[in-house]
Amino acid sequence: MSKHPLLQVKNLHASAEGREILKGVDLTVNTGEVHAIMGPNGSGKSTLAQVLAGHPAYTVLAGTATYEGKDLLAMKPEERARAGVFLAFQYPVEIRGITNSYFLRSALNALRRERGEAELDPIDFLQFLEQKLKAIGWDDSMMNRPVNEGFSGGEKKRNEILQLAVLEPRLAILDETDSGLDIDALKTVAETVNKLRSPDRSFLIVTHYQRLLNYITPDVVHVLADGRIVKSGGPELARELESRGYDWLRDGVMVS
Amino acid sequence: MAVKTGSVERLVGSYHAWATNGASRVPVWLKDLREGGIARFGDLGFPNMKQEAWRFTSVAPIAEGAFELAKAPARIPTLEDIRPFLLFEAGYRLVFVDGFFQGSLSTPFFDDVQSLAHVVTHRQDLVRQYLGQYAVTQDRPFSALNTAFVSDGAFVHVPAKATIAEPIQLLFLSTGGKPVMTHPRNLVVLEREARASIVETYASLSEAKGPYWTNTVTEIVVGDSARVDYHRVQRESPRAYHVATTQTHQGRDSTVNLHTVAFGGALARHDIGAVMAGPGGTLILNGLYLLAGEQHADHHTTIDHAADHCESHEYFNGVLDGKSRGVFTGRIIVRPGAQKTDSKQTNNNLLLSADAHADSQPQLEIYADDVKCTHGSTVGPLDPRALFYLRSRGIGEHEAQRLMTYGFAAEILGRMEVAPLRAQLDGIVRRRLAEQ
Repeated sequence: MSKHPLLQVKNLHASAEGREILKGVDLTVNTGEVHAIMGPNGSGKSTLAQVLAGHPAYTVLAGTATYEGKDLLAMKPEERARAGVFLAFQYPVEIRGITNSYFLRSALNALRRERGEAELDPIDFLQFLEQKLKAIGWDDSMMNRPVNEGFSGGEKKRNEILQLAVLEPRLAILDETDSGLDIDALKTVAETVNKLRSPDRSFLIVTHYQRLLNYITPDVVHVLADGRIVKSGGPELARELESRGYDWLRDGVMVS
Repeated sequence: MAVKTGSVERLVGSYHAWATNGASRVPVWLKDLREGGIARFGDLGFPNMKQEAWRFTSVAPIAEGAFELAKAPARIPTLEDIRPFLLFEAGYRLVFVDGFFQGSLSTPFFDDVQSLAHVVTHRQDLVRQYLGQYAVTQDRPFSALNTAFVSDGAFVHVPAKATIAEPIQLLFLSTGGKPVMTHPRNLVVLEREARASIVETYASLSEAKGPYWTNTVTEIVVGDSARVDYHRVQRESPRAYHVATTQTHQGRDSTVNLHTVAFGGALARHDIGAVMAGPGGTLILNGLYLLAGEQHADHHTTIDHAADHCESHEYFNGVLDGKSRGVFTGRIIVRPGAQKTDSKQTNNNLLLSADAHADSQPQLEIYADDVKCTHGSTVGPLDPRALFYLRSRGIGEHEAQRLMTYGFAAEILGRMEVAPLRAQLDGIVRRRLAEQ
């Protein structure tokens, strides 16, 4: 299967609260590829992830983002999700009074409706869920609790990965999923991602640290600094960043 | 807003006409109780908005409504008519229509689950010991007025160590044909180590189109190590006026789980008082108000930690649409000596429209030093972060809003243990949200 671009971002500028954060991002992710976006704090990594998912707090000032040949930026967040875009949140949100199980089934059924498939009833859904839960080391007790309410930081991140496994997106964007995770949780996340790697699924992994990339080998590593991608390379770039930090790149941007 | 004095005199007049007429053949102690009630009401009159406890709620429509005592129910409904309000047909049940006990629709249990009018004469000593001893009337004109008109209501008595397994249903229906007032008076007594679950429902029959006024008082006395799961559902017609007092009194190591849901009424005021009189008691106060249009609901709760080592958890959620208004006042008193009190209060209000309004007032009065008391309240629209989270999972914007609003209500309903009640209320919430 020959590679073709799943996501093409060209000269993307975006702002929040009147401040420009993305200042011309260019990025192409082919189907089946795993891309890592690294960069110092405040470089715009999370903004890029949120803009691609359609967060209403950000305004796109210029540029384009094409997903499967369609104008991604013209789509509502729910339309993007139904088309196969998934964002694992850096700070997952609590939904009071709605159980994890109900939430996940509603989301899955929204996607199934879009694909013209029959909706799953609660019993079928629980069966479907069983193996997904096993993969992240959970039993269904986590499913009867309100979404993310009272979850520890690690549980919230696992919950994001569970959603990823259930919703089976074509483009999975992980926004600092590794931050705040202990090593066991990190390995679980990596294992789940590795299992989901497939020729027709792509990943965009936003991370500050190289740590997660010890377990998930990316095809391409990008460095985002001051709202632009300043360097791209193979997995070795991540290791170089780990040992040298980001300053040498920032300096590079300043002199160029 | 000033209330005309004429309305107080009119009610006092109605009382005297009633008391000298059919209601005269009662024990002396009850007559005294009533006389005390009407005298108090005459002194207090209707509350006005200058009074702290009534700052946000005007009772002028009640005072000026010229409500009369009903002489008889406008119509006796059939079992078929009341079925939508029943959780199940088995179990004990007391049904009242326009304030009058309906034996043919009820399934009482000897003199333990019975109409108050019956036990007032048949179990005088027991009733006398409790009736009117807990719901204070000093500064409570509506409780005083209810006490003046005490004649019927529900009586539940659970003897020591006994358990009534099935929830007892107390159903108060209004026909709403004429502008009548009813003053249901309920007394619930659980002796030590007794256990019961009770569902008290106020509703209007389908034909209830006009205004009517319910002014009810329920006293719940819970003995040492007893437990009651008390559920109160207010689903009066949108034109009804509903004023209620629920007063609990707990003994040592007892448990009260008090759930209350307010869906109906043009104007609804519910005063909940909980006295934790013995050490080691546990109280859960779990409430929901779901309002739309021009509905106004005012909840006034007072938890009185009078003994040490008691725990109280209070959760009230309000969902306000249209031009509705929700008022919540949560007063917690920790008396000197009530050490190791653990008290937690939250009141969250969801505003679904720009014209909806909520007032939330916590009032903590703490006179002991070794206690844990926390409170928190919120008033605001749906959380945009949560909305985006749901949409990012493929759930459409409108559905996401509905889901979050439902969750706000479900959080409260989820604490109730009676599954058929939860299902009934869940259905009402879903129907209400579907209309929005």
